[in-house]
Amino acid sequence: MRKHRGLSIIAMLVFAFLFIPLFIIVVTSFGENPTIQFPIQGFTFDWYVNVFETNSLIESFYLSIQISLLATILALLVGIPAAYALARYSVKGRNIMKSFFLSPAMIPGVVIGYALFQFIVIQLQLPIFQGLLLGHFLISLPYIIRVVGSSLDQLDFSIEEVAWTLGSTRLRAFVRVVLPNIQAGIFASFMLAFINSFNNIPVSQFLSGPGVTALPTSLMNYIEYNYDPTVSALSVLLMVGTVVLMFIIEKTLGLAKIS
Amino acid sequence: MTYVDLKDIRVSYDGKNNILKDLNLSIEKGELVSLLGPSGCGKTTTLRVIAGLIEPNDGAFVVDNKNLTRVPVHKRNFGMVFQSYALFPHLTVKENIGFGLKLRKEDKTTMNQKIQDILDVTGLGELGDRYPKQLSGGQRQRVALARALVIEPKLLLLDEPLSNLDAKLRVQMRIEIKRIQQKLGITSVFVTHDQEECFSISDRVAVMNNGVIEQFDKPEEIYNRPKTEFVARFIGFENFINLTKQGEQTYTTSEGHVLKTGHRWEDGKQVATIRPDDIVILPNGAEQRTNVIPGKVVVRTFLGKSYQYEVDTTVGKILVNGSKETAYPSGEELLLYFPEEKLILV
Repeated sequence: MRKHRGLSIIAMLVFAFLFIPLFIIVVTSFGENPTIQFPIQGFTFDWYVNVFETNSLIESFYLSIQISLLATILALLVGIPAAYALARYSVKGRNIMKSFFLSPAMIPGVVIGYALFQFIVIQLQLPIFQGLLLGHFLISLPYIIRVVGSSLDQLDFSIEEVAWTLGSTRLRAFVRVVLPNIQAGIFASFMLAFINSFNNIPVSQFLSGPGVTALPTSLMNYIEYNYDPTVSALSVLLMVGTVVLMFIIEKTLGLAKIS
Repeated sequence: MTYVDLKDIRVSYDGKNNILKDLNLSIEKGELVSLLGPSGCGKTTTLRVIAGLIEPNDGAFVVDNKNLTRVPVHKRNFGMVFQSYALFPHLTVKENIGFGLKLRKEDKTTMNQKIQDILDVTGLGELGDRYPKQLSGGQRQRVALARALVIEPKLLLLDEPLSNLDAKLRVQMRIEIKRIQQKLGITSVFVTHDQEECFSISDRVAVMNNGVIEQFDKPEEIYNRPKTEFVARFIGFENFINLTKQGEQTYTTSEGHVLKTGHRWEDGKQVATIRPDDIVILPNGAEQRTNVIPGKVVVRTFLGKSYQYEVDTTVGKILVNGSKETAYPSGEELLLYFPEEKLILV
């Protein structure tokens, strides 16, 4: 294929534009100066140590892990049966429901955050932890339904019917035959939903409260008062974590299959 | 003696249109019965009713004098082979075959013995540890068959099992299925839209159309004596001639040609039909007599084993197959002779 110079240059520029800010963050996390600075003077791992010594960050990190994990597991428990019903049976208004389940992924985050704030905090007056959990459950659900749904769409349901004819009850056939064959989709949806929930700012921002703060929110609070490279260090750690997760997905399943 | 009995089965998905209308079918023990028909005729629906995958709106389904109409699919103990084979992709051949045995809580030794036996019967011998995606189409077909047979089912149900195979393998596999079915003496229902496949394998054939069985007979009977126009058309009768009754076994066409048939007139039947192969082209100038209609060749096509002519006659277009030796050009005047015993009333 003929190379097109102009296009290559544009592609390089876009890549640089995306990559340079990240690169700068990585570099600043190693600077000795207590304010964020680029280029850096000196080299230190102190800020990484500081991440682990800053209680508010560590606590909210654990909270975020907890919330995201629980929310994603709940979303799996609800989302897999929902996706199954949508794929398997001609449920009335199936297409409308499919687009409805996608809607949280299309509506601006602030709007969802605000709506959930209205509903969960003002109307239901749920405790903060439960509220946060419910919010994250809701934003995770579309990922589960979509990704598991697309796995199910590719599944030949006659394998389920064959299992019935061989003597399986419906539940047993679902567990023994359907689930093992959508494993990849379930795992992928779990990863995507988890990462999305963990990184989500608007919903966490609206639903966090005294003593219960998700990591992105604490991070922003921290920046307001201390503009030091700890934030950069934490960002680098999060990026590395995400990249490792994505790498695992890619290696075990292949991202191409998921989209 | 009747072993499987479908009585007045009606199936409707929307409450208005019937997919199956008062369908009746009796199958004897050890028989292989085919359901033959074009797509949408209800043959697969009938099979799914038998399997228990569809519950009929009305009617009864009886096997061995037990009413199974409301018995759920997993308690029926029927083996089923699907068009897509439906092998479990995450299990090996042995695990696929053992799936039903495991549910029956067989002990390990008996189970392994049964799996090995059925692997031998179906000629899968050494392939037990492979996964379905490592098998060819024909091998997958055998695994699906083995998996259905190993549970010693009361009935074997086959839903177009050969349609995903190439032509050569299809012929091989249908002989194989017939061999295994006879060896095990298992009552079977076979769904297909391919008449050759169906005739070659079946003890009896039910030709279906629009949710109704049009004719249920031995393959030879259906081939030679279709009872309705639909059946005749479906199995290759191409020529249909409207008749008026003259005397016993003598009829006239609208143009006054006299036709005789070896078959008796039944009420409501006034169409005669004949295969293009069965019409004889008489040498030009032959004498006019009964069962002869003159015509003019419109189109000639080459079929390989013969020529086919579309002949314009006073009773309409007639398709005739003529020998390869003589090729009549279009425009040629021909005399067509309809042998009495080949002319069927439908």
